[in-house]
Order: sequence, then structure tokens, then C-alpha cells
Amino acid sequence: MHWLPEGVSTYSGRIDLMFYVILAVTGVAFVLTEALLFYFSWRYRSRDGVRARYTHGNSRLEVIWTVVPAVLLVFLGLASRKVWGEIKGHIPPTDQEIVVLASQFDWEVRYKGADGQFETADDVVVHNEMHVPVNAPVKIRLRSKDVLHSFFVPAFRLKQDAVPGLTIDVWVQPTRTGDFEIACAELCGFGHGTMRGMLTVMEPEEFQKWLKEQEAGVVPAEAPAA
Amino acid sequence: MSVHADQHHEPSFIGKYIFSQDHKIIGIQFLFLSLAFMIVGGFLAMIVRWQLGFPDREMPLASYLPASWNPADPAQYNAVFTMHASIMIFLVIIPILTGAFGNFLVPLMIGARDMAFPKLNMMSFWVGFTGGAVITSSFFVEGGAASTGWTAYPPLSADPQYTGVGLGQTLWIVSVLFIGTASIMGAVNYITTIVNMRAPGMHFFRMPLSVWALFITAILQLMATPVLASALGMLLLDRTMGTHFFNPAGGGQVLLWQHLFWFYSHPAVYIMILPAMGFVSDIMSTFARKPIFGYKAMVFSIMGIAGLGFIVWGHHMFQSGMNPALGTAFMISTMVIAVPSAIKTFNWLGTLWGGSIRFTPAMINALAFVSTFIIGGLSGIFMASTPVDMFIHDTYFIVAHLHYVLFGGSLFGVFAAINYWYPKMFGRMMSQPVNVIHSILSFIFFNLTFFPMHILGMGGHMRRIYDPTLYDFLKPLQPMNQFITINAFLLGAVQILFAANFIYSLFRGRKAERNPWHSTSLEWSAASPPPHGNWGEKIPTVYRGPFEHSPPGIAEDYLPQDRPAAGAPAPGRPTMTRA
Repeated sequence: MHWLPEGVSTYSGRIDLMFYVILAVTGVAFVLTEALLFYFSWRYRSRDGVRARYTHGNSRLEVIWTVVPAVLLVFLGLASRKVWGEIKGHIPPTDQEIVVLASQFDWEVRYKGADGQFETADDVVVHNEMHVPVNAPVKIRLRSKDVLHSFFVPAFRLKQDAVPGLTIDVWVQPTRTGDFEIACAELCGFGHGTMRGMLTVMEPEEFQKWLKEQEAGVVPAEAPAA
Repeated sequence: MSVHADQHHEPSFIGKYIFSQDHKIIGIQFLFLSLAFMIVGGFLAMIVRWQLGFPDREMPLASYLPASWNPADPAQYNAVFTMHASIMIFLVIIPILTGAFGNFLVPLMIGARDMAFPKLNMMSFWVGFTGGAVITSSFFVEGGAASTGWTAYPPLSADPQYTGVGLGQTLWIVSVLFIGTASIMGAVNYITTIVNMRAPGMHFFRMPLSVWALFITAILQLMATPVLASALGMLLLDRTMGTHFFNPAGGGQVLLWQHLFWFYSHPAVYIMILPAMGFVSDIMSTFARKPIFGYKAMVFSIMGIAGLGFIVWGHHMFQSGMNPALGTAFMISTMVIAVPSAIKTFNWLGTLWGGSIRFTPAMINALAFVSTFIIGGLSGIFMASTPVDMFIHDTYFIVAHLHYVLFGGSLFGVFAAINYWYPKMFGRMMSQPVNVIHSILSFIFFNLTFFPMHILGMGGHMRRIYDPTLYDFLKPLQPMNQFITINAFLLGAVQILFAANFIYSLFRGRKAERNPWHSTSLEWSAASPPPHGNWGEKIPTVYRGPFEHSPPGIAEDYLPQDRPAAGAPAPGRPTMTRA
């Protein structure tokens, strides 16, 4: 059953599982409460000669329906904390670093280039496209030039705001090759809805080939962005 | 503190209906103001829905709309949904719950002749009205209305170069400042009135749940709104005086706005639902002909929601760049705040159990409230989970959730409250069959409109985009967007029934008796509508709690709070059983 779109990162499965666990717990609560609501409404509709039951409550019931949801919710919280820690707790060591600079309405994607350093003349810079190798962790350093944006790759289950004045590191490890859309998820002005990019996950050798081609095509005059 | 009847002389027309200091007239003024803005906000929603359902077709009659409402222009689309949300939140839900019903109900339900500070009360309305006038004017200024979402995140909102909207955004800030000031004035009044002016025998734990909810809500408003005011002040200075509170280039912090904004706006979410919960509790007890189940648990859960409401704001910021460890803390507090909401739901179910339910329009709307609040409450658990939120944050899942709480919850609560207290407000009855049809159709079309939005969100559909068909991964979802749009228009159309009934009944409705629903709280002991000063010579004395429906030993199935009865406990002794 695929209620969520296909996930193609190492952590997408864990996020989806958490989603389905919450769906199961809330689904049971939903069916139970709605069924009681409709059943009681029908069963206890006003009828001639039947007087309503005179009761102000029941302390034991109050305790039960306080403790049971509390236990379930804390369980969901702790389970979520574990997944959150796995994603946010550390960034796996990797050589593959990409700087993404968001601006109205453009994703600037920057690779180190031949010298292995950022902010130099041989940086590989592309716009609204991103290429990454499959099955290897990639670290993305997220910045913004002007307003808030949010780097959203639905297939990776990855979303992170780009904040002017901050550099925010996120990571992802794609699990299959293919083309996946990048969207902006934080309102950033009139072009917010068009701030679309394409992310291509490639076999490592193809990725290296692509990178080399780009390096060869780099115009030295292209200055690093401010 | 009590105001005596002899202090109330007959005022002139302007003093009676325009610059009135009577809490009932001020309440009705707030009601009319909010309902008028509800129409504007509703039209804006229709424009948003048309654009999302049919992005490449011009909306019928669009040429008759102001140029600044043309959704096909992406910049104007942003203004349209920004103003939809701003108007619905600041000028419809908050003023209708606290301004309209808070004003009308608090003195009547606690047995007071008026508010503690009638002049301040009058000012509260006119300051709020000014806020409404300012935000309306922003549609007509050069550059159009604010277009940065109701959350107005800087830097987008802090510098006109990013949006092309100049004066419109500044007017938005000024307007919200006015409305916030009105809120604070109202809150001071409700708190003072409830603490000091309860009728003899009206202990705190004999107050109806509407009063409890409005009381706690007023405390929330008083504590949270000044924080919003300070944030708005900083944003205004950033825009107009060149300060850099939120501008990193000048050493400011972008995230500071989000912390301050949500420190207000999360409690504000509860400001927008707690009063409706109170109304629904009172209405359900009346029409189930049963005491509310677990009165004290209901009171304590309102307090619990309000208290916890101040430490959950960070759940709006899980993906904002805030420290992920802080996200974990906010996740746990957010999970815990679902507990008091669950308690309330179970107690509503307990109230229905063994009842003798009458399906008046007020009751149907109250049941619709519970049904949709369950969905809105449960969907909140998904986004409380930090990893799940990573995917569904800023998608239509959130849009679905917030409309289940604010439309399904608050607005069905408002419909229930209008149906219930209309006879007391205007002395006339609305047509019951028309409103039965209205409430059932509203419930159906509401669910057909907003439930599919969960599925859009699960597909990754972002919020605040004006053309979903630009994305390959959203194209398969477009038929669902069209389905939603059609149902949204039907939902809008159904409201004409309610509006027509409301207006017709003002003039032609059957005259209402004092207590048409055979309810128990004090407002039903006053005339319909109550005269200036509410009670005749003598204010009522309270002998019991507010939910004495179907008590044994009497022929009728209700025992009003102020009726002395043989065997009834003397005033001074609380009668509520343990929760």
C-alpha cells in the first residue's frame, strides 16, 4: 500500500514508518470516538417517556481516559525522538559536499571543483538542478541570499528552511537513481510557486563524469556568490 | 463593584446603538462586524480555491473583482490567501468568540448587570473596528494588500523590495496592532468582571463552561498579545525606520520573529478554540438533557490546555533552523497537550451517553464540532512528531489540520452558539428547519472540502503555491484539487441559507420566550432580549451548578441555577459532584 509517494533516501522509510504508526494509533482513536459519537447520537435520541440519565461523571473513567492517551502520546513522542535523532543527531562523514544558495527565485547549487575547495574560481555552479551520486551520503550546506526559502525534496522526505544569516547543514543518502523534483516550501514572494528544481541521482561513475564535464566547462570569470 | 439599575438611564439612539456601553449591544456589534468580515474572508477563500482547482482558467465574473483580487497574477494570489487568513483569524474568529459571545454572555451568565468597565468595553469595539477599517483600506493602496502570509515572516515582510508591496504590508501591521489592543482591552474586562461581579451564590465552580472557557481565554490573551504587539512594533520599525531587528545584514535575527510570533500565535490557536469548546459543552448538556459529564475535569482540561499552550510554540519551527534538540523538547510538550483535548472529547461522549438528545440546529452543529475536532486533534499528532513533520510541514496536510480545528472546530462552535443564543440576543427565533438543513449540508461539504487535503499533503503538495500543475509529482493530484474546489463552492453556497435565515428572522422571526431551550444557566432567566441592566429590580441568586438537567424528584427535566427548590442546598455550598 503506497499512501505516501515513493521514498528514495535512507531515512525516508523510517519517517514513513513513523507516519504509519501514528496513522494506526490515531486511526483506532478516530474510528472508536466517531463510532461512539454517531452511535450515542442515534441510540440516545429523544424518545417519549424516556428521561435522561442523571449523572455528573465518573472519576475512574476520567483517570482511564487521561492515562491511556498520555501513555500512547509519550510513546509516540519517544519513538519520534529516536528517528529525529538518527536524522538530525549527526551528519555521516562524507567528502560529498554541496552548497545550496537560495534566492528569489532560484536554487544556486555549488560543487567544490577540481581544487577541492569552495568559493574559488573553479567551483562548479549550476542553477535549479542538482546531481548527486547514489548510495553515498551527501552533505548539503543551505544558505539564503534574501528571504526565507525551504529546500524540499519530497522523494527524500527532506525539508529544511534556508535562513538568511545562517548556514544550515543537512544530509541525505539517496537509495536509487532517477530524477526527483525540488520545491520551495516556504513562502518567498510572488515566484514561490515556480521555484522548482530537478535533482538527479546518478551512479557514482556517471556522477564523476558529469562533474568533470562541468569542471571543463567552468568559465573562470564566474565569481563566487557573496 | 456591582452596578445598580438606577445608574442606567435611557440613552439616545447614538448612545444606545453606536457608542453603546451596554455589553449586549457591544457583543452584537462585534457579531455583525465579524459576520461581515466572514463574508469577505469567504469570498477570498473561493478565489484561492478557484485558482488551485483551475489554474489555467479565469474565474467566472473575475473581471468584476478589484484588480488586486486577481489570483491569476501570482503576486496577487499571495495577497488573496494572506488576507483570507488574516481576516478569518483576526477579524472573524477571535472577535466573534471573545468580542461577540464573550461580551454578550459573561455578564448574563454570571448574573451581573454589565461589564466591570463599560467605557473600556466600548473602546475595545471601536479600536477593533478601526483595525478592520485599516486592513480593508489596504486592498486599495498602491502595491496591493499584504502578501507575506498571515505569519508575515521577515525578511519577506520586513523589506518592500522582496514583495513589491509597500504600504499594504505596513497597514497590515498597524491593523493587527489595533486588533491586538482591542483584545487586551476586552481581556482585562472579562477577567475583572468574572472575578468581581458574580451574583450571590455563583461560586467559580458553579460557572457554566462557556464562562470558564472565556475566563481562561482572556488570561491567555492578556499574557500573549503584548508579545505579538512587541514583535509587530519591531517589524514596523524595520519597515519604516530602517532598524534591523530581523535583518541579518544589520546584525538582526530572522528566527527571532518566528519565536515571538508563535509565542503569541500558538496560545492564539487556543484563544480561537477554547471558547467554542465552552459553548459546545453548555449546548450539548442542554440538548442531551443531561449534566455535563465530568464538569471539573472539563475545567481543569481548559486550564491544562492554556498552561501547556505557552510551551509548545516551537512545534511551528521544527524545520526552521532552530536547534533540533529544542525540537525534541517542543515535540514532547506538544504530544502532552493532546491529553487535555482527549479528556474533553471523552467527556462530551460521556455527556451524550444515556441522554435524551434533541437535534436542534445548535445541537447538530455542536456534534459537528466534536466530530471535526476529533479529526483536527488527531491530525495534529502527525505534525507534532518531528521526523514526520519534516515531510508534511508546509504542505496541505497542515492546511487540512488547521481548517479542521478552525473551521470544523471554531466555526461549527460559532454556528452552534449563534443558533443557541440568537433568541436571547434578538428576542426572535430563527427558522429551525432551514438551519437543520444548513448545519447538515455544511458538515457534509466541509468534510468533502477539507478531508482530501490530508491526501494532497501526504502527496507532498506544498502550501501557498498558485499552480500545482507546474510540478510533475503534483499532477496526479490535480483532479482532487478540482474536487475540493467544487465542494468549497458548495460549502460557500450553503452559507447563503444561514445568512438569509439570520437576517429574515431579525425582523420576521417568531418571538422568543425567556427560555426556549429549557436550559439552566442564568441568561435564560432574563427577558429575551434582556433589558439594559439585564435583570429587573433584583439580581438573581444562584443555588446550584449550571448543568442540572433531568434531576430526580421534579417533573420538569431542568432546574435553573436561580430557582430555589425544596430540598435544594442553600447558597454557599457547592453542589457539583466530584469530577
